[in-house]
Amino acid sequence: MFIINCPYCGERDQIEFSCGGEAHIVRPKQPTELSDDEWAEYLFMRKNIKGVQFERWNHAHGCRKWFNMVRDTSNDKIHAVYKMGEKPPVI
Amino acid sequence: MTKYRINKTRFVDQTKTVSFTFDGKEYHGFEGDTLASALLSNGIHLVGRSFKYHRPRGIMSCGSEEPNAICQINDNTDLTEPNVRVTEIELYEGLKASSQNCWPSLNFDIGGINNLISPFIPAGFYYKTFMWPKSFWKKIYEPLIRLSAGLGKSPTQPDPDIYDHKHEHCDVLVIGGGISGIISAKIAAKNNLKTILIEDKNILGGSTIYQNNKNFIIDNQKSNKWLMNEISELEKLDNLIIKTRTSLAAFHSYNYLLAKENISDHLPLDKKNCGIRQRLWKIRADKVIVAAGAIERPLIFNNNDRPGILLANSVKKYLDFYGVSSGLNNIIFTNNDSAYETAVSLFEKGISVKIIDIRKKSSSNIVKNAEDLGIKIYWNSTVVNTFGYKKIKSIEIMNLSEDGSNVTGNKHKIQCDCLSISGGWTPMVHMHTQSGGKLDFREIDQVFVPSEKSENHINVGSCNGDFELEEIVKNTNNKVKKFLNINESGFDKISVLCSKELEKKNIWLLPNTISEGKTKSFIDFQNDSTAKDIKLALREGFKSIEHVKRYTTTGMATDQGKLSNMHALGIIADTAGVKMGTLGTTTFRPPFTPLTFGAIVGRSVGKFFDVVRKTSIHEWHVQNNAKFENVGQWKRPWYYPINNENLHEAVQRESKTARDGAGILDASTLGKIDIQGSDASEFLNRVYTNAWSKLGIGKCRYGLMLNEDGMVYDDGVTTRLGENHYLMTTTTGGAANVLSKLEDYLQTEWPELDVYLTSVTDHYSTASICGPNSKKILKKLFPNKDFSDEAFPHMSYQDAIIDKIECRIMRISFTGELSYEINIESKYGKSLWENCIKAGEEYKITPYGTETMHLLRAEKGFIIVGQDTDGTMTPIDLQMDWIVSKKKYDFIGKRSLYRSDTIREDRKQLVGLLTDDPNEILEEGAQIVSELDKKPVEMIGHVTSSYFSPNLNKSIALAVVKGGKKMKGQKLFVPMENKNINVTVSDFIFLDKENKRINA
Repeated sequence: MFIINCPYCGERDQIEFSCGGEAHIVRPKQPTELSDDEWAEYLFMRKNIKGVQFERWNHAHGCRKWFNMVRDTSNDKIHAVYKMGEKPPVI
Repeated sequence: MTKYRINKTRFVDQTKTVSFTFDGKEYHGFEGDTLASALLSNGIHLVGRSFKYHRPRGIMSCGSEEPNAICQINDNTDLTEPNVRVTEIELYEGLKASSQNCWPSLNFDIGGINNLISPFIPAGFYYKTFMWPKSFWKKIYEPLIRLSAGLGKSPTQPDPDIYDHKHEHCDVLVIGGGISGIISAKIAAKNNLKTILIEDKNILGGSTIYQNNKNFIIDNQKSNKWLMNEISELEKLDNLIIKTRTSLAAFHSYNYLLAKENISDHLPLDKKNCGIRQRLWKIRADKVIVAAGAIERPLIFNNNDRPGILLANSVKKYLDFYGVSSGLNNIIFTNNDSAYETAVSLFEKGISVKIIDIRKKSSSNIVKNAEDLGIKIYWNSTVVNTFGYKKIKSIEIMNLSEDGSNVTGNKHKIQCDCLSISGGWTPMVHMHTQSGGKLDFREIDQVFVPSEKSENHINVGSCNGDFELEEIVKNTNNKVKKFLNINESGFDKISVLCSKELEKKNIWLLPNTISEGKTKSFIDFQNDSTAKDIKLALREGFKSIEHVKRYTTTGMATDQGKLSNMHALGIIADTAGVKMGTLGTTTFRPPFTPLTFGAIVGRSVGKFFDVVRKTSIHEWHVQNNAKFENVGQWKRPWYYPINNENLHEAVQRESKTARDGAGILDASTLGKIDIQGSDASEFLNRVYTNAWSKLGIGKCRYGLMLNEDGMVYDDGVTTRLGENHYLMTTTTGGAANVLSKLEDYLQTEWPELDVYLTSVTDHYSTASICGPNSKKILKKLFPNKDFSDEAFPHMSYQDAIIDKIECRIMRISFTGELSYEINIESKYGKSLWENCIKAGEEYKITPYGTETMHLLRAEKGFIIVGQDTDGTMTPIDLQMDWIVSKKKYDFIGKRSLYRSDTIREDRKQLVGLLTDDPNEILEEGAQIVSELDKKPVEMIGHVTSSYFSPNLNKSIALAVVKGGKKMKGQKLFVPMENKNINVTVSDFIFLDKENKRINA
């Protein structure tokens, strides 16, 4: 059970949050111009890293804001949290 | 005093007698006893039968590691509990305990026959045997296995006790109230840190509190005296909370820990029902100090499981803590020095004791102490067999060969009534590994010790692999100071004298003269797995420790292998010729000791189990005899039976009246999202498959929402209330998820859109009136309003006022009938509803529930997302191409609609099904086949909705069938258990395809 530092609310228990999977996957601006493979890349392919991973999290039972989080999936250490649209930190 | 209560101690009050029963017979113990010490004081060792072979088994230990002595307590009461370790339960007046896993009685157990046939039931017996003949499985094997499965009896009544959850925060949490835990807690609390010390026993002190051996001296006092003073000082500290009878269940990441406190388990029956039985503490600690101690290892030799064979340090605890001698003619069998403390303690109380040691010598103080007392020691020897069926009577020993791999010389028989065994110590690394910590293997004494990495927790004392008293005190002091950033503590100048073990020797499986196949050297006592089983698993090709564990069930009993895991590993390593350190351990998972379900769920039982959502009209439904169904958390009226109607009869009547006269449905539970902002139309364009920009103000439109993968996600009618203002409805169950999904896209993909979302589901109540009479009823309710088709057409909305209260009327239909939905602020919902009923009386308005709603919409071929779809259906599969905009450049899921997989023509597609016999109603979920003779039979689809339609007077069904679009008119079959039902594929709109009724 992590303690997550919501960029809007501060430290809260993990129970208030939900994880939205890998971050920085941008929805293609012109999906209709993509081949099946290119679309599948966006739709299905995820890195699922054992180690440092950039993830989307939502403060679902709080401010309901989405933000990004850098977490090491091997030991659950949280390296950083940052707002949507902000540049990812270098870890 | 009984024959075995040979000593007075400060921990058991021998002036206070406590009576209890075991297997129906009354016995006496004293206040301060555990059930185990009380049984032993009465000379009772045999308390249970083993799981597989039903061998007689006795008390083996004095704590949570106990594999054998588990019993059913308070049988035939609603407080009964199975699998209670007699070593952990504190004795109380009136306690009723009974043995488990034996029939007809503990002393004569039919299942004991398994012991005789044991050569035929090795590891994997069940997997190998019950494979054939196949037909035997259901009628013979399964009932037989079920009969012999499990240990105790589950309670049959609801648990009358209350369980509690509580959150706690602290600077330092110390786990374990032994000597190292006490030192740690004192250092922390004295330095102004809010500290919690938890201990699973009822008093602090661990094994040092009864250590009165003269070889263990702290500050010139016997270690037990010194520790007592420390404890009394500790209890005075302000910022320290001491929680006894509290055991750690789980150590999660970020120092989030669960601990279970026993509050009334030790109280007499008549005082139990006054409050909370157990409390689960959810602790968030800044720092955690684990001082969980170590568990003594057994030794693995032939017939090492007889009643009367105990762990050596447990024998010492029964003697020095409870004043009970486990036997009067003792033999101690050891590979290390610690068992000598037991020998000395027994000898000093005048009890006969001999020692068998696998080592060639030991030159420590405690061994010298034993030798000086004249205790007979058999060096370089091992036990090769034991005798006595229900209680040990004698043993046979032999000398060990030079390298310890074999036995030599003659067998030597020795009489005894108790055999204490000690195979060294295993540090309790469970907490450390649960928190994510790794382990190192220490070759010299063959133990896994924590490999310190975490900044947030440390391990101290014997759970860290420090076994000598001096190490324990000094290392604990130093580590805790460093961990908490403290320069000085009261323990810096302490002097510790202790016996130190110099000679170490470990043999995982002791040698024997008889071949392994004929010995019973138990490793896991509770699950009856032996060294032979482990070796068999290895011979059969199992290599991973995790696989061997599961195949042989070693370590999988209620004790979770606290005594057995290390020996299993050791024997695997020896047999496979690999180093134990490279083999690794099995995973230590929470909870450390079994938790009651009560403690886990806490107060979330009965009406607190889940939130119940009721509409504002709920009371009316109750008064009018509605039967309810759960839709998510909502209670929705299911049907309204009149005069003992059953579901079918009520639904037939409701459905008929809704089409012939008028029906009214409480639609308040539908999700409602208020959407505002200058980009609201553009937003809807992107989330729905159809176009929204041209929807006029005051108009309604049905929308279908997809996932990005093209599959139908939700649907509902959205109304344009103003230029930049919409009211979206969603399915009842999907409301929360739809809102989350929309927020996600708005915040992350399209932050440039000016759109605001507000959930207003609970803000409005909705009465939906349908049927040919609905317009008349509306006219009565709103006499000033023009309900003509020109003034108020289908798929439009108007503001209105009823009883001075503003409301919205939408002319939309989910039944195919002329239909109006009135939305009003929730607090006026019931009054609106009652007005509708009153106004509709003369038009035979009939309230109908969800079942009728489902039937009516199925007649019309309207889908229900989640019933006719399952996350694999595209709008094309549903034959809803009409709602997918070809002109829109993009919307969620658009691109996926022409992926190679989604354009396949043999996808499952929505069709209607008509049974050849119009009275035959298909079962929802039933499989559909096209050929009965071809084997294997190919399932080409399944029934999603099925009803008997009173309006068409025949059975109708919706189904999804592979390539169904092109199958109209084709004959298919629905195979049921006893028959095949013939069906014909039809259009899925069964009624009023021309949409005439909507303007009727």
